[in-house]
Amino acid sequence: MTPGQVRLALAAALVLLLEGLSRFGFIDRFAMIPPSEILWHLGKILIVGEMWPAIVKTLTNVAVACVAAIVVGVILGTLIHAWRSLRETLDPLFAAYYAIPVYAFYPLFIVIFGLGDFPQVLIGFMLGLVAVIVNTLNGLDRVPRVLLKTARIQRLGPLATALKVTLPYAVPYIFTGIKLAVAYSFIGVIGAELIMSRTGLGYEIGYAYNNFDNAVMYPLIVFVLTVAATVNTMFFLWEKKMLARRRK
Amino acid sequence: MTPVHVALRGVTRVFPASAAQREVKALGPIDLDLRTAEFFVVVGPSGCGKSTLLEIIAGLSTATAGTVTLEGKPVAGEVPEGIGVVFQEDASFPWLNVTDNIAFGLRQTALDKAEIGRRVEHALRLMGLTEFAAAYPVQLSGGMRQRVCLARTLVQKPRVILLDEPFGALDQQTRFLMGDELLRLWRESGATVMLITHSLDEAAMLADRIGVMSARPGRMLEIIETGWGEERGSRVVATPRFGEITARLWELLRDESQRAMTGAP
Repeated sequence: MTPGQVRLALAAALVLLLEGLSRFGFIDRFAMIPPSEILWHLGKILIVGEMWPAIVKTLTNVAVACVAAIVVGVILGTLIHAWRSLRETLDPLFAAYYAIPVYAFYPLFIVIFGLGDFPQVLIGFMLGLVAVIVNTLNGLDRVPRVLLKTARIQRLGPLATALKVTLPYAVPYIFTGIKLAVAYSFIGVIGAELIMSRTGLGYEIGYAYNNFDNAVMYPLIVFVLTVAATVNTMFFLWEKKMLARRRK
Repeated sequence: MTPVHVALRGVTRVFPASAAQREVKALGPIDLDLRTAEFFVVVGPSGCGKSTLLEIIAGLSTATAGTVTLEGKPVAGEVPEGIGVVFQEDASFPWLNVTDNIAFGLRQTALDKAEIGRRVEHALRLMGLTEFAAAYPVQLSGGMRQRVCLARTLVQKPRVILLDEPFGALDQQTRFLMGDELLRLWRESGATVMLITHSLDEAAMLADRIGVMSARPGRMLEIIETGWGEERGSRVVATPRFGEITARLWELLRDESQRAMTGAP
């Protein structure tokens, strides 16, 4: 069996175990419904369509937060890398950044920006941004000096050197930041919706939880998991294809 | 008299003191003329400043004192137009295939696509890389990757080609063969070539003239005219003259190499 098949078998075994435990009363229906019912309800939710506005809203906000974190993170990472004293100043802050509970600022963001989508996007963006910056810096640190000399021999300016030599070289490292940004955007946006929002998947999951509505809560959780895992797998396959060109 | 292509006058390079080390006088003073379309080889003990010399001529580094002129124009810390450099380390771009690697420099110019395609195809053929046109550097041997870098330089038709031990990592047989290829390319391009090497055999086989450098700070101890005609190749290694040249090179370098090893002044 390949490692992939083992993983699949493990996941299937876990689902079957949960199914058995719920069917035979070891898990209270009040706590969790069987996985087969979760899938059944998920199908119904997706067909009936009343959750689609929430799904579209959340996924749009996740995408905006993620793309913004990647674009701004790569640009800032490149600028900071070129500016040594700024790098030395910011490095310790980057190291401490994830010790700061970004959610603590959420109420402040709502006061400043209101109850719209922006505070949620901002939380997702803030969580992903530093991961992209740090990994961009890491990638740019690893560009061999000989490639920088080659760029100078080709008489490339700083912008062309970044776009055509250093950033392409750093792409595998930046990819690590991108994958983290995807995960953090989901966590940031859905987490913020759970705390304080009137729409979105996070809000719907929280609402169902408060009303003991397991037939909505679990299917939505599974939906979020499926979307996040699919996006992650797509990035993983893309990365694998890219790395195959670079490594033996 | 052959016209001078690159002229160095009193070139020195001093690396200032830092927290990690004392001030290092790396090079010079050096006076040197590279003649148009000649094949000039520089040999010298390790750490004598050969690569520093190349970087100053290429405009990658600035001389602490002295001047470098290329075609009469001063070179001062900026890479002039018409120069190509091949480094000892692998400088192929790992994210580009062989064709895109070779075309890289040309695509930064206003040259039209058809001409770029023609030049790249010619270079692929010349370097024996045609069947690897779509391969990525990771799929190639070290020697092939160096050929890609050489091709990337040659397609731009530089008037001065600086080679910093491009075959340093290759075995002796491949080096001789690459040397033959290099001579062929030099004859075809008509460029002025300066090659840095550790190998006395390579120097004796390839050069019109050999500049022998002293231990650090590197100065030109002697310039040896090999007297080879243009149609030379690796076969010259079997001639008595080849033996004479390598013997003279070793005579000059033995003491210098010892000085470099012991760090004696």
